[in-house]
Amino acid sequence: MIRFDHVWKRYPNGREALSDLTLEIDRGEMAFLTGHSGAGKSTMLKLIALIERPSRGTLVVNGQNTATVPRGKIPAFRRQVGVVFQDHKLLMDRPVHDNVGLPLVIAGVPEKEIGKRVRAALDQVGLLGRERSRPLELSTGEQQRVGIARAIIGKPSLLIADEPTGNLDPDLSLEVMNIFKRFNEVGVTVLIASHDVGLIERFGMRRVMLEGGRVAGSVDPMPDLLSIVTERP
Amino acid sequence: MKSWLERHFQTMVGSLGRLWTQPFATLLTILVIGIALALPACLHVLVQNVREASGGWGNALDISVYMKPQATLEQTRKAAKRVRQRRDVESVTVVEADDALEEFRKGSGFGEALDALKDNPLPHALVVRPAAEFREPAQVVSLTTELRALEGVDIVQLDTAWVSRFNAILDVVRRVVLLAVGLFALGVLVIVGNTIRLDIENRRDEIEVTKLVGGSDAFVRRPFLYNGVWYGLGGGLIAWLVVTIVITVLGEPVQRIAGLYGSSFELRGLGLEGSGALLLGGIALGWVGSFIAATRELRGIEPQ
Repeated sequence: MIRFDHVWKRYPNGREALSDLTLEIDRGEMAFLTGHSGAGKSTMLKLIALIERPSRGTLVVNGQNTATVPRGKIPAFRRQVGVVFQDHKLLMDRPVHDNVGLPLVIAGVPEKEIGKRVRAALDQVGLLGRERSRPLELSTGEQQRVGIARAIIGKPSLLIADEPTGNLDPDLSLEVMNIFKRFNEVGVTVLIASHDVGLIERFGMRRVMLEGGRVAGSVDPMPDLLSIVTERP
Repeated sequence: MKSWLERHFQTMVGSLGRLWTQPFATLLTILVIGIALALPACLHVLVQNVREASGGWGNALDISVYMKPQATLEQTRKAAKRVRQRRDVESVTVVEADDALEEFRKGSGFGEALDALKDNPLPHALVVRPAAEFREPAQVVSLTTELRALEGVDIVQLDTAWVSRFNAILDVVRRVVLLAVGLFALGVLVIVGNTIRLDIENRRDEIEVTKLVGGSDAFVRRPFLYNGVWYGLGGGLIAWLVVTIVITVLGEPVQRIAGLYGSSFELRGLGLEGSGALLLGGIALGWVGSFIAATRELRGIEPQ
């Protein structure tokens, strides 16, 4: 699903964010990216969402080499990747309905269907009935879940999240992570950058440790632990 | 297709709604655009009216034929009859010396001085109007030459020089109007462009988010194009209002002046065609201005 092949990324200011990074995420897999800030987690996600392009090396996402996607095709490319941001990136002056439905509006889906799918997406993140609320009337955790609903409403095959629990307390964090896990269970490939090691250890998924822009280590999934986590309240 | 239309309609209404939330800023913008459009529109209407008023000056081509003082009325009528038979003459009017004196007495204010005269110093005269298809300068000149050769004719006067001068001046003024239209159109483009640029700057975050979730440049640009169209339409309406007010305010005094000159001339407004052109012109300028600004500006906004 995602294949980094000797990818380097150097920003115009000279900072080298990724150096010779090679990593593959399989279709249907759920994985965590960990590491200190500046280790390259966000850069990796930006490359996957085509917000940035590799300086060297190749990155293939969903069968497409990102280097060969022309500028005009970037919007279509992004529509097949759901992205969740740490700061939610919601439109504060629009109700939840408009925020969640935005990807469908862009895709030209008829208004009637948008309403249905917005409710379905909000239902999946536990916010059904909040369509008319404004983001500012919601708690941080609820805002984050609106962001997730927006990311998944287009039924992307890949979901990436940058520190989705960064501003949340432990209970909310676990709840948000469980939402991601549920999407993974229905076949969506999920890649989450997080430095909350305590939390992600409880999920027993594959963990990729980044350091200085390259893979410093990896912990493979532990199926047993997974079942323990799901049994917790 | 239906969904596409629905989407455009929504964007159109949404853009209007957004402008409505900032009534003061929007009003200022359309006022500036309106005034910029009103100036050339007023000039245009003015020139149209002057042309209209001078349109009745075909008679300025009339040729005055003064008979010799000793020519009798009968001789004059005979001459008139001969001239009337010419192909290149539309009409001939005989002005009797006594009538001419009477008119002069009334119109000149020299009534008492004229009373002191024993005899009528004025000769009989003919007013010859060339036929419409014989009004080329060369044809008129040859006509005057032949009129001069008629028996009993003293002076033939053709006073068209000032009409040509007037038309030449009018031509210059018309070009000035064209230049003004071009200049002010450019001004409107700049105004709309700059306003749209600021609108875009104010909604930078929203644009970034939209692009992040897969909005294309065209999708992001669309509401701004509608903004430009609304600005242009609003400006066009303001300009129309200004022109109409100007016509109404000037209409009465102009009519009074025309009345003093014995004319029933009335100021004309833009008319249906002119109004349509003004509104459509406003809309087109708004669209083009916002298209240029939005295309340029939106390229620079990419999610970070």
